[in-house]
Amino acid sequence: MLAIIDYGVGNLYSLASSLKYLGVESELATRPEQLRQAERIILPGVGAFADAARKLSESGMREALLEDVAGGKPLLGICLGMQLLFERSFEYGEHPGLGLIPGEVCPLADDLPAGLKVPHIGWNRLDVLRDDPLFADFRSGEHVYYVHSFYAKRCAEHTLATSEYGVPVTGVVRNGNVYGTQFHPEKSGGAGLRLLKAFAQI
Amino acid sequence: MITKRIIPCLDVRDGQVVKGVNFEGVRAVADPVEMARFYNETGADELVFYDITASFEGRKLFTGVLREVASQVFIPLTVGGGINTLDDFDRVLKCGADKVSVNSGAIRDPSLIERAAKRYGDQCVVLSMDVKRVGGQFRLFAKGGREDTGIDALDWAVRGVESGAGELVVNSIDTDGVRKGFDLELLDAVAARCKVPIIASGGAGCREDFAELFRHEGMDAGLAASIFHFKQLSIPDLKAYLRAQGVEVRL
Repeated sequence: MLAIIDYGVGNLYSLASSLKYLGVESELATRPEQLRQAERIILPGVGAFADAARKLSESGMREALLEDVAGGKPLLGICLGMQLLFERSFEYGEHPGLGLIPGEVCPLADDLPAGLKVPHIGWNRLDVLRDDPLFADFRSGEHVYYVHSFYAKRCAEHTLATSEYGVPVTGVVRNGNVYGTQFHPEKSGGAGLRLLKAFAQI
Repeated sequence: MITKRIIPCLDVRDGQVVKGVNFEGVRAVADPVEMARFYNETGADELVFYDITASFEGRKLFTGVLREVASQVFIPLTVGGGINTLDDFDRVLKCGADKVSVNSGAIRDPSLIERAAKRYGDQCVVLSMDVKRVGGQFRLFAKGGREDTGIDALDWAVRGVESGAGELVVNSIDTDGVRKGFDLELLDAVAARCKVPIIASGGAGCREDFAELFRHEGMDAGLAASIFHFKQLSIPDLKAYLRAQGVEVRL
């Protein structure tokens, strides 16, 4: 069983549907005990960092998640869910994250050359820097779908793949059993489905 | 680098896809779920669904179709038509839409854009506008292109982006259904004043029209309906052609 943390941030319909389509058993988890029983966890998220971090704490899921992950359970953060894995974010102020991966989340707008639009929205090539079981069925250079205005920095040691958008945008990160993708695998067509399937088999 | 997007548009009425010429004389084409799967398999980068029914029953049929599509097709889905309130946003987002396109609803109540952007994020709010030349001015039209609002379309686009619209769909009534190319004059004028992604709509007749579109700065996506629905142009052929022309696309 794979648990998708449902903490009132964003729309989980597509993510749940994509797992069902892949034949991966999943449930939306709103209580800590659901996480404990799960074999792996996905932390989704859309919207503002501070708001999501607060909702994760208030739902009681933050502590349960940290305990499970410390016990070695595989975790995948998606989009804002990935950003929450880092130490801190500078999205409208400075906010602490989960601290599961060293690094911080910064505004794309500060680093992009002139002429590039923010949000970074659309399909971009994902270039794999380090091979990993997550890429078991993925070819470096396939396209994935991004929608975001902030990105992870100072995390080169833990970066598995990037996409070029004036700067190398951190696409996939890993620290031990903790994974994150800035793009939406559940919206990245066949390539994204293959990444999700690989995570379900890790 | 980000690729240029090719987006088939499906107008849905009573659970069926329809496409008109100059917005009149709509005719049924096919099953929306089947078409969505076909487009996904052949490389569409995104799908846009417009609900062109007005009745309550039609609306329920539409959300049923949307759920069905979103459980089988895993690319971004944009939904428009009959979006007047935040409840309408909620209704389609819960059925699997990723972005919601507002048109007449935002003309009636411009605060809708800002309220939706605050609740769901800019990336979720697409401002779709129907534009026609009237006395040398680009004029904003409402109600599926039937009603001249008297509003300057370029001012409207700027205002929409300032309020939080994350993307613009610019549909030219003058070129829609005519298949002689996108309305580049209009699109350039919008791009000069708005720095969000622009989805060009109305007038695509052949692959060269897309290549020409993407030679213009600020154009992110080309949207079309009938040339794809009637298989006059296939997306794999179009993308192969664009790549050969030096346009970055997802193959």
